[in-house]
Amino acid sequence: MKRLKINKFRVISAVTLCVFVLVWYLVTAVFGLFPKTMLPSPDSVFFSFIKKLTSTVPDGGTLFEHIFASLVVALTGYVIGVGVGLPVGISMAWFRPVDHFVRPVFDFLRTIPGIAWIPIFTVWLGIGLSAKAAIIFVGVFVGTVVNVYSGIKQTNEVHIWVAQIFGASKIEILKRVAIPSALPYIFTGLRVSLGMAWLGLIAAELLAAQKGLGYMIQVARNFGRSDLVIVGMITIGIMGALLTLALEFVERRVVKGI
Amino acid sequence: MFLKIDNINKTFTSEAGNNEVLKNVHFDIKENEFVVIFGPGQCGKSTLLNIIAGLEKESSGNVYLEDKKVTKPGPDRAVVYQNILLFPWLTVMGNVEFGPKSRGIKKSIRQKDAQEYIDLVGLNGFEKSFPVKLSGGMKQRVGIARAYCSKPKVMLMDEPFGALDAQTRYLMQEEVVRISAHEKRTVLFVTNNIEEAIYLADRIIVMTNCPSTIQKEYVIDLPRPRDYTSEEFLRLRQEISSIVEFTR
Repeated sequence: MKRLKINKFRVISAVTLCVFVLVWYLVTAVFGLFPKTMLPSPDSVFFSFIKKLTSTVPDGGTLFEHIFASLVVALTGYVIGVGVGLPVGISMAWFRPVDHFVRPVFDFLRTIPGIAWIPIFTVWLGIGLSAKAAIIFVGVFVGTVVNVYSGIKQTNEVHIWVAQIFGASKIEILKRVAIPSALPYIFTGLRVSLGMAWLGLIAAELLAAQKGLGYMIQVARNFGRSDLVIVGMITIGIMGALLTLALEFVERRVVKGI
Repeated sequence: MFLKIDNINKTFTSEAGNNEVLKNVHFDIKENEFVVIFGPGQCGKSTLLNIIAGLEKESSGNVYLEDKKVTKPGPDRAVVYQNILLFPWLTVMGNVEFGPKSRGIKKSIRQKDAQEYIDLVGLNGFEKSFPVKLSGGMKQRVGIARAYCSKPKVMLMDEPFGALDAQTRYLMQEEVVRISAHEKRTVLFVTNNIEEAIYLADRIIVMTNCPSTIQKEYVIDLPRPRDYTSEEFLRLRQEISSIVEFTR
């Protein structure tokens, strides 16, 4: 019964998607309400997509080269941001002196959006990998710290009691009680940060890049190639969804029983 | 004396005023004695247990375990709660071996030991299950196995079966008698169920309602397992019920 229900909702979702594409097709290819340079038809976008898989026109790279370039930048910034954010967030939540030490600076920096760092980072680091990774790092770091911090802070007090009763030390309670119970929050942080990473990446590439999905969109816009702009947008969406799926896969493996 | 509760007083102070919950509570427990604290109402009994566990601070008085003053929680006093408080992210095995792991006991040794207690409480085959998959009675068994496995000197049980249905509750009472026959421990058991008290106790300490103070003590020397319907059981039940003042 339950299975049937899920399938029914899947059908509804599929119908929505089909209707969306159909309307798009009708207003472009059939009724021609929009000029091709403003809104190309879905089929022409699809063919542009296929063509772009191998073509380097007009931006000097195939779609895969752009995806790869974007992934490298996004994951570099993301991994470093998470790698630094996790220990910082955990220490701030668990050790009060660390909290007081780091908090003033952190609270100031967190109010500056990641993309506001773009100008200064391009001045410091140019438009290569390191500048864009740094922009992504800032957003991911902040998102990770905030979520990990509140996750650790919300450790059930009685679970801490129970651990004390069974003789666990403060460090042990952190490792065996606080962190495991905060895992859902930590993964929320990782997911939110992944979104931020992708967002920061595209913004950075729109302004300063020589390859990547954001760059591809920007060049296509200058050439009046709306079809390629949409190809880029759809690719960005799909890649973001795939990354989120991969993270959720890991989450299901790691978070159990909660 | 093994466990000495030396003239404990406890008053909670808040903006609404003072709430005196424990008054001149004074008693001793012998090693391996099963003592039940029985009393009506919601006042003081759990607080007393938390003070003995070291989780709460007494207003005055002292708790001594083997002549050493109790000041903070420690592995010599394990607690089993009504709402069990298993670690949901750990399997049954992970929960039961939590105490020994904290004491740095080697994995092979502590898991063998934990397995014995899991078997003892009848959860063989559920070692890898997470608490969310277990029934209330099964969770409580895990709580008991976890407490035993940490080899405490005193087991503190705070209305452990209060949240279970009547049938499971009887079953768990039988289990406790069986387990404590198998493995002698000093137990301090809080309940507001008179039958449970008589069924389990070597000695019952009857406490009054707010502020809780000791009203009377009964040594129960009926042979085990006890029969809820025996004449002697019913007589005791009648006698203890008659002195307890239930408040609305």
